[in-house]
Amino acid sequence: MTALDLPVRTHPDERPQVAASNQKRSRRRREYGLFALLVAPNLLVIAVFAYWPIIYNAFLSLTDWNMIAARPTFVGLSNYTRTLTDPAFHKTLGITIAFTGLIVAGSLVIGLALALLFNLPLKGRSVVRTISFAPHILSGAAVATIWLFIFDPGYGLMRALIEPFGAEPPDWMNNSDWALPGLVIVYLWKNVGFTALIYLAGLQGLPKELDEAAAIDGAGSWTRFRAIKLPLLAPITFFLLITTVIGTFQAFDVIAVMTGGGPGDATTTLSWSIYNEGFQAFNAGRAATLSIIMFVILLIVTTVQARVMERRVHYR
Amino acid sequence: MKVRPLQYIALLGVAAIFLGPLYWLVSTALKQPAEIYQWPPAWWPDKLTWENFSLAWQAAPFDRFFINSTIITVIGTALKVANAVLTAYAFAYLRFPFKKILFLLVLGAMMVPGHVTLLPNYLTVASLGWINTYAGLIIPGIGSAFATFLMRQHFLTLPSEVTDAAAVDGAGHLRTLWRVVLPMSQPMLITVVVITAVEEWNNFVWPLIVTNTAEMRTLPVGLLILKDEEGLANWGTIMAGTLLVLAPMLLIFLVAQRYIVGGITQGALKG
Repeated sequence: MTALDLPVRTHPDERPQVAASNQKRSRRRREYGLFALLVAPNLLVIAVFAYWPIIYNAFLSLTDWNMIAARPTFVGLSNYTRTLTDPAFHKTLGITIAFTGLIVAGSLVIGLALALLFNLPLKGRSVVRTISFAPHILSGAAVATIWLFIFDPGYGLMRALIEPFGAEPPDWMNNSDWALPGLVIVYLWKNVGFTALIYLAGLQGLPKELDEAAAIDGAGSWTRFRAIKLPLLAPITFFLLITTVIGTFQAFDVIAVMTGGGPGDATTTLSWSIYNEGFQAFNAGRAATLSIIMFVILLIVTTVQARVMERRVHYR
Repeated sequence: MKVRPLQYIALLGVAAIFLGPLYWLVSTALKQPAEIYQWPPAWWPDKLTWENFSLAWQAAPFDRFFINSTIITVIGTALKVANAVLTAYAFAYLRFPFKKILFLLVLGAMMVPGHVTLLPNYLTVASLGWINTYAGLIIPGIGSAFATFLMRQHFLTLPSEVTDAAAVDGAGHLRTLWRVVLPMSQPMLITVVVITAVEEWNNFVWPLIVTNTAEMRTLPVGLLILKDEEGLANWGTIMAGTLLVLAPMLLIFLVAQRYIVGGITQGALKG
């Protein structure tokens, strides 16, 4: 096929091909149009209500604004310097880290223990597994009111559990030493069923050969757990660690109903102080600054996760 | 098979820890006030009564809360799942320039912690004039990243012969989606619907800040109001209100438990 063929293009027989390529192009254009139409509403909401808030927060954090004045006053970085040197903020951060650490450690250890129990060939284990998972899907506010009553020093269930040991039941939510541990208990009750479920799925996905071979070699069940199961579950432990940290940092409903950040500031976490600054003290600049700080902390956590996951994939 | 008494005792103990509080809730809601305030506690209500429920109803407009929660859950779930399905279909089956980057943009929304967006979203909704409206309650939450991801992953596992055959038969894309792809994705669709509905129903902080009159409150927020109003003097009333908030989700959980569990483990192990 050479230049000799060129004139043939004008031959009437060639027209359908031109028409076909036109048709192809218009079909492609229609496909692009349909794609845009299908994706636009979702992307619009995501842009306005997930990405724009980060930019808006960054802007607000450089201002002082009570949300009533016509416009914010630019104050530079003073919100950041004030927040980062504020002893109250240091206390909030300490409480947030203690709260997160206790919940992460508790849900991983208890969750794994539950998963090991649910993995044994016991009758009724799947029913109990389902029961333990149920609180995970229940309203945090409702779970919080149940536990407020359980913690009631006069007529609560906890009194019935503590008194037989000869101890006086504490006034959990009004005592600054007991309020935070109380919240941790509630969050653990609500979330260990989830951790157990994920660990159980992990345990059931482990190759049986290794465990059987070790058993034949005379390794006891504790050794097999420590030397085989635990290392193989590491990726799942890591996933649960990250998701629990992210979830706990944003914990709000149970705190709002049970303590409102109190007594005093004993349970004022970063998430509560964002709400408090923004919607009770109407200090937009301070709330935005705290929001950016939370965003940066969690971004670091997720980036570390992404890096480690990537390495794990390459490793394989 | 050897009997394992210790392990069965542990299993029973675990069941008691998770059922105990729920039993305590239900039995208190059905007890007469005198029985709630006695020590040692009555483990079984002497006489069942619905009195606490009518008291809760009188203390706060629970019928409004219930209607609002239902509207927000039904419409919010429908819109969010529609977004997820349509976006997932587009990304799975249609061509578009820079599609990969756009998909990363959708998934990236999962990296933005919801709590961080509260204040800016409140201001955005205020400037749209949506404070204390259903639009303000619903619209900011209908963007979908995780459900879109789950649906797209599922669509990619469907055999391409089926959609190709539909195309040869002259079916357009929307028809293929409705008649072929969705029916083949039913379990995943149910999972996404149930998980989304549970989230919408339980949502607490957004309805708390975006509504400011009792008529627009939802059940979880109404519970906070009931608690503040009753003080902590009337546990029967508060437990009755709590049961009203929990009952629908407990029911859904009993019916659709395996879909929820399936979706959550899948998201965790593949994500």
